Amino acid sequence: MNLEELAGRCGEWLRGGGPESDIVISSRIRLARNLADYPFVRRCPDSDREQIEQLVHSAIVAAPSMEGASYFRVDELDTLDRQFLVERQLISRELSEGTGPRAVAVDSREQFGVMVNEEDHLRIQVMHSGLDLDEAWQHINQIDDELEERLCYAFHEELGYLTACPTNVGTGMRVSVMLHLPALVMVRQIDRLFRSLQKINLAVRGLYGEGSSAMGDFYQISNQITLGRSEHELLEQVRQVVPAIIEYERRSRDALVRDSQRELHDRISRAYGILSTAHTISSEETMHLLSSVRMGVNLGLIEDIEIPTINKLFIHTQPAHLQKLRGTLLESADRNIERAQYLQENLKKPDPN
Amino acid sequence: MKCQQCSRPATFHITELTDNGVLELHLCQEHAAEYLVQAESASQPQPQSSFGGALAQHFQISQTGEELARLDEHACPICGITFYEFRQQGRLGCPHDYVAFAEELEPLLVSIHGDSRHVGKRPKKHTGSTGDRAMLIRLRRELQAAVEREAYEEASELRDRIRALEGTKREQGQSGEERP
Ligand SMILES: [Zn+2]
Ligand SMILES: [Zn+2]
Repeated sequence: MNLEELAGRCGEWLRGGGPESDIVISSRIRLARNLADYPFVRRCPDSDREQIEQLVHSAIVAAPSMEGASYFRVDELDTLDRQFLVERQLISRELSEGTGPRAVAVDSREQFGVMVNEEDHLRIQVMHSGLDLDEAWQHINQIDDELEERLCYAFHEELGYLTACPTNVGTGMRVSVMLHLPALVMVRQIDRLFRSLQKINLAVRGLYGEGSSAMGDFYQISNQITLGRSEHELLEQVRQVVPAIIEYERRSRDALVRDSQRELHDRISRAYGILSTAHTISSEETMHLLSSVRMGVNLGLIEDIEIPTINKLFIHTQPAHLQKLRGTLLESADRNIERAQYLQENLKKPDPN
Repeated sequence: MKCQQCSRPATFHITELTDNGVLELHLCQEHAAEYLVQAESASQPQPQSSFGGALAQHFQISQTGEELARLDEHACPICGITFYEFRQQGRLGCPHDYVAFAEELEPLLVSIHGDSRHVGKRPKKHTGSTGDRAMLIRLRRELQAAVEREAYEEASELRDRIRALEGTKREQGQSGEERP
């Protein structure tokens, strides 16, 4: 699989299946792991980073559950390809913008990935569609076991898996659930939700890890604590809070439908109208409007468009994706024109009213 | 359902997640607006303090200047990072730092995690993070320095020692046997 093939399709986690998939986009787990006999990445000269990359690469190639995974040396990719992988959520900005030998392994369905030489030597991740934390845990646990057989992890009897940052030590695990919460944003409840979650040691980030004004109203809820609780307790902690947030979002949607129906219809129709007729449009505006359209589809106010199509548009209209899909480098102004055209092609249908 | 603060119908249903569970409010539009404005001004979005900020704060509160200066000079014998560098960068230098700085890190871990003892998964084959493996980190660092100084004889000796240690490690890795 090469990056061009990847650009044309969509990750499994975006297929929009599973229970509550109108609100829950995906479940992700990542594990931070380090080799015992090398310094942490930031303190490694390139010669060490090269050796780590080779050791981890051979372990990945030999691990049965990662058979057929594609492997990319991130330091050998150009800026566009690196940006593409970031937009795709297969690598972090930190890995994209880092230095020295570094890599990512990913399967063709984009259900798992391993980043090599990010902040830690290994960052293993698994991403499943919908609310699917148990399966995701079994999946990543298996990958971790297979890598551990072939590598020598830094592990401490009392402190668990040792990581470059003390905030990740112990399980090295971050469990996160990505939610689409447009109604909570519209009724101005989202900041309150954040503060409540922070009080119970859960972190909230946007689609790409940004702060509270998230792109497209996507939010990732994840655990902050990694030490002193088992993996199952951490899964439970995130799992328990999700139904309450779903309920909160549903009630806000109901309230909008009931109390502000005209405004809601207007907003959704306008969003759809702009997206399907614009001749030039920025990435930010696209994300913002797609969010309203996505909610409109889920509320049955817009018909004939599938949720997976909209999920795909969130990713495919981003700068590097557009350029990969069109097969050419584009300046910002030209991208805005291409984006409008791409949206028109994908949203063709008669006026929703 | 009626508003909890007047007799008009409740059109806003607010769920608050608190430490004690879920708090539900049912309010009319007017009282909801009032409640939301109050809540918003009461708790303006706080700038999410970075880990670096928390780190700096933690050590300012718990140590006197003199103690801190002494702590800062403490260096890891394996990778050479000083405690001062760790405080500045917020990232440790090598796995052995958790041993070398154990005393200094303990209160920090407790303030981050509320705990200082791992209870989760363990590797099936016990690897141990100190001893031979940490020694490899140190030898590779010395090798790098020797090469930079053009001390070729020393470098070649170090290479032999590294290879010997890596060899035993590889054998253990391949046999997959548990170490005592
Ligand atoms: Zn009232
Ligand atoms: Zn060290």
